[in-house]
Amino acid sequence: MNYLTLIMAIPLVGAALIATLPQAKSLLAKQFALGTTLIAAVATILMTVKFERGNTDLQFVESYDWIKAFGIKYAVGVDGIALVLILMTALLTPIVVLAGWNESDNGRWSTKTFYILILVLQTMSFGVFAATDVFLFYVFFEAMLVPVYFLIGGYGSGERTAAAVKFLLYSLFGGLLMLASIIALYVLSGEQGGHTFNIAALSKLEMSSTTQNFLFLGFFIAFAIKAPLFPFHTWLPDAAKSATPGTSVLLLGVLDKVGTFGMIRYCLALFPEATKTFTPLIITLSVISIVYGAFLAIGAKDIKRLIAYTSISHFGFITLGIFAMTTQGHSGATLYMFNHGFSTAALFLVAGWMISRRGSSTIADFGGLQRVTPVMAWSFFIAGMSSLALPGLSSFVSEFLVLVGTFTRYPVAAVIATFGIVLAALYILIPVQRSLHGPTTPGNENLADLNLREKIAIAPVIAVIVFLGFYPAPALNIINPAAAHVLSQIGFTDPAPTHGGK
Amino acid sequence: MLVNNGLVYLIALPLFGAALLLLSGRRADRWGHLLATALSGMSFILGAVQFYQMLGRSPENRAVSQKLFSWISVGSFNIDAGLLVDQLSICFVLLITGVGTLIHIYSIAYMDHDKDRRRFFAYLNFFIAAMLLLVMGDSYLNLYVGWEGVGLASYLLIGFWNHKPAYATASKKAFIANRVGDMGLSFAIMIAFATMGTVSFSGVKEAAEGTSQGALTAIGIMLLLAATGKSAQFPLQAWLGDAMAGPTPVSALIHAATMVTAGVYLITRSNFIFDAAPTAQLLVVIVGAITLLFGAIIGTAKDDIKKALAASTMSQIGYMVLATGLGPVGYAFAIMHLLTHGFFKAGMFLGAGSVMHGTGDEVNMRKFGGIRHFMPITFATFGLGYLAILGVPPFAGFYSKDKIIETAFYAGGIKGILIGSVALFGAALTAFYMSRVMILTFAGTPRYDINHPPHESSFLMLLPMGILAIGSVASGFLLARGEALVHWLEPLFEAHEGHGKEILPPVVISLMALAVVIIGAAIAWFKYGRGTVADTAPTDVSIFTRIARRDLLQDDFNESVFMRPGQALTRLLVKTDDVVVDGTVRGVAAAALASGSSLRSTQTGFVRSYAALIVIGAVVLIAAIWAVTL
Repeated sequence: MNYLTLIMAIPLVGAALIATLPQAKSLLAKQFALGTTLIAAVATILMTVKFERGNTDLQFVESYDWIKAFGIKYAVGVDGIALVLILMTALLTPIVVLAGWNESDNGRWSTKTFYILILVLQTMSFGVFAATDVFLFYVFFEAMLVPVYFLIGGYGSGERTAAAVKFLLYSLFGGLLMLASIIALYVLSGEQGGHTFNIAALSKLEMSSTTQNFLFLGFFIAFAIKAPLFPFHTWLPDAAKSATPGTSVLLLGVLDKVGTFGMIRYCLALFPEATKTFTPLIITLSVISIVYGAFLAIGAKDIKRLIAYTSISHFGFITLGIFAMTTQGHSGATLYMFNHGFSTAALFLVAGWMISRRGSSTIADFGGLQRVTPVMAWSFFIAGMSSLALPGLSSFVSEFLVLVGTFTRYPVAAVIATFGIVLAALYILIPVQRSLHGPTTPGNENLADLNLREKIAIAPVIAVIVFLGFYPAPALNIINPAAAHVLSQIGFTDPAPTHGGK
Repeated sequence: MLVNNGLVYLIALPLFGAALLLLSGRRADRWGHLLATALSGMSFILGAVQFYQMLGRSPENRAVSQKLFSWISVGSFNIDAGLLVDQLSICFVLLITGVGTLIHIYSIAYMDHDKDRRRFFAYLNFFIAAMLLLVMGDSYLNLYVGWEGVGLASYLLIGFWNHKPAYATASKKAFIANRVGDMGLSFAIMIAFATMGTVSFSGVKEAAEGTSQGALTAIGIMLLLAATGKSAQFPLQAWLGDAMAGPTPVSALIHAATMVTAGVYLITRSNFIFDAAPTAQLLVVIVGAITLLFGAIIGTAKDDIKKALAASTMSQIGYMVLATGLGPVGYAFAIMHLLTHGFFKAGMFLGAGSVMHGTGDEVNMRKFGGIRHFMPITFATFGLGYLAILGVPPFAGFYSKDKIIETAFYAGGIKGILIGSVALFGAALTAFYMSRVMILTFAGTPRYDINHPPHESSFLMLLPMGILAIGSVASGFLLARGEALVHWLEPLFEAHEGHGKEILPPVVISLMALAVVIIGAAIAWFKYGRGTVADTAPTDVSIFTRIARRDLLQDDFNESVFMRPGQALTRLLVKTDDVVVDGTVRGVAAAALASGSSLRSTQTGFVRSYAALIVIGAVVLIAAIWAVTL
């Protein structure tokens, strides 16, 4: 069965159905959206079950001519890395829909439009991870901006228009650089045996090192903006603060992963030599991101900005893992992408509930919530523990893999990055203390605890976080072969133990 | 190695209890504490059965293991979720579950009036599970899970009454200090993997021989850093005093008997590293020696009974750490002191809790006095613990502490005389501050409203105190008789050639120790035992007293060296991000827009100053690249 096309079609069909609903039936639109995303989740789980773990070839491959004149194809297929990211997207979207049931109420446009945008975004997210044609990838990559732009600008809060524009301009700038590189690749492929956008074919092109370096940078800057990496990060806190919590989950949890995923799929595979040239720079930027993002999170006064900064720190870990070029680093980075999706979702969703109840996103406005709203407080606390990578929770596994995988090749970078775990304790425990502990501050005495819908939304997120912390094998079994394959393709092997050993 | 697939239940039972109690909510209020106590008790029984079976096997066949599943496996990094119970772990298993169960029983009464008693018991059960994992994990990474798990339990329990801001801050402080230590453990694991390709205890032990001394020293120092965090040793000791914000049973279990001794476990478990890395081993001795004095000095100045006991804990663990730094001969004595300390210090903390319970949660010893008349059983059990910690023969501490002092003296040369003297001086200070606690609390005349005298605690509280008091009396003798513990642990450590050079006969050292104890106690008696004690702390005291009262300026140091500069750096970076990083982007955008209409604007000073910043940034970046790729 053509699973990939199927899961991309399901949200589109749902969106079309919602579009036919009368404007007033907003509850029905929500129910349709939830139903559609649940069906997509089930289909994706089935696909995951069918996936052959040991097989490092692309699977569920489909390829049809799209624009024949330019050799552009609708070509999709996944390896283990793309699969877990698609799975993450499929699992998070229904949770976002359920958790943010009333998010669309204060929007500029209708509830219907909100859910159509969410569903279209889901299709594009699947597509961007599944594409095996560079042009198709680029189309999804740029087209994703549109729903997100409207989701932030139309349904967000505060200075939502400015944030949406900033997000769009940053992304378009990166996209343009990438487009230039893609066109250059296309031209080169024409000179060397036939125009194509096929990734596998493009990775065999002969290029001078200067050409490689420039083309690499075109892709890398686009991805570094998306991921985001220091110093390309300043759009993220603004966007996260203005977007609805659900949009923020999709933005940081799913969209930003396109950046780190793209580094693996495009930067490494297409430009192995340039990758080696730029690795020291990227490792450095990653380490800076880890520490810098953590400090900004510590200094943040707004809870949504705080979560955004923690993500900058976490993306530093992911990039570090990728460019350390060890199996532990690579598997750790991909697992980190998956885990970060869930732990950020937990943080943003619970923070969103706190904010909507209190009517403020300033941390200082909260206080003593543990006594007033114990379930909400516990959920926030567990999400926080996951963010600081407490052993026993999923993010510990990925973070430690990244650190140990980096240490074997770049010990100094790993050591500096490890300081991030102390900073993480600070940026989590400070807001935990301010918002959950202490006496209940005025204005918080009568906040309501989580309702049943919210409990149902957060429970699976926490379950995934705990389960993969104790037993990450189901995820690692999918990721490991793909990660090892990527490394062997570009000719890296793990450093051997230095002082004898077993 | 023998396999026993039942080991996991030791951990699973209390973990299940914690989960059930937390998830059941108020429904479990009526029976939660009973279930938690029963599960902890069942863990103890399972541990005792293990111990009994081990006794029946020959020394080389005593260890048992269980592999649960493959936890993390990527490339050559393969970590099993595996458990190991050998002669060393079983000592801890029995201590944790034994003392743990007694403290569960005590807490049933102690926390009776707290509406969150169920949550308290959930945390206690969680602690037991995490601590058991810490001592039963078969690799450094498994240990790490328990290691941070007990840190979390400690955080939750210190902040159990976190609606009080000071308590919430104390719990955060403990967590962060511990995380600094945990970073050391992370480094140790990374170095071990990079150099030896394995992080299991058996693998590292095997590979240590073929590993360079530089790497072993680095691992050793990082393990020591981890130990200083968890065990409140210098320089990461500052959190322990504040940790007394937790309910007193917690102070007894976590911050006296078990969790804070995890550092001693870690060093002892890693004996094969420290034995091969003399520099790291010397640092262990130095850290232990500094801390034993540091804690003892603070102990002399505290009026809060729990903080005085906490300072004492820090100091006593200093003795244990010192012993582990003395090589193969010291490990067994460190563990012996750890076990006897587990009895007498937990007993005294429970005694302090009993006094607090009887006096309406008073902790200031200057408001006590003559309590022995009203709480005779508390006085008796506390008194036995007191005699034990002083090292009065034949109480428990006599056997364990004297051995450490003796071994320190026999370490050889100037070093031996130096650390032996430190240990001896520490014993005198211990006698002084503990006598001070005894006198201020139980002797003298009442310094409270005599019409509302303290009342003796209930049976459920007195029972655990009584059992621990028996331990304070007998445990030392039992462990030392025929060198029972030394022989028990012997198969784990490198064989050693008897003691070091006996510069003095053991009996002379024992007499010296006894003499300094009598002197210390006598000074306390002259200072506090005659005449009346002021019910507020005198303010016209020497600078030394004031510094000691401020915990030897540990907080002042941390705040001025780390906290305030850190806060300043945070503010600077927040500003930088807005003005420089985002400002550059805004500037470039503005310049791009402006250049569309007029090229002149690119010549403004505005753009030039950004250009200068970008150049500076580039230089810094290049330096950083050079550094991280070393």
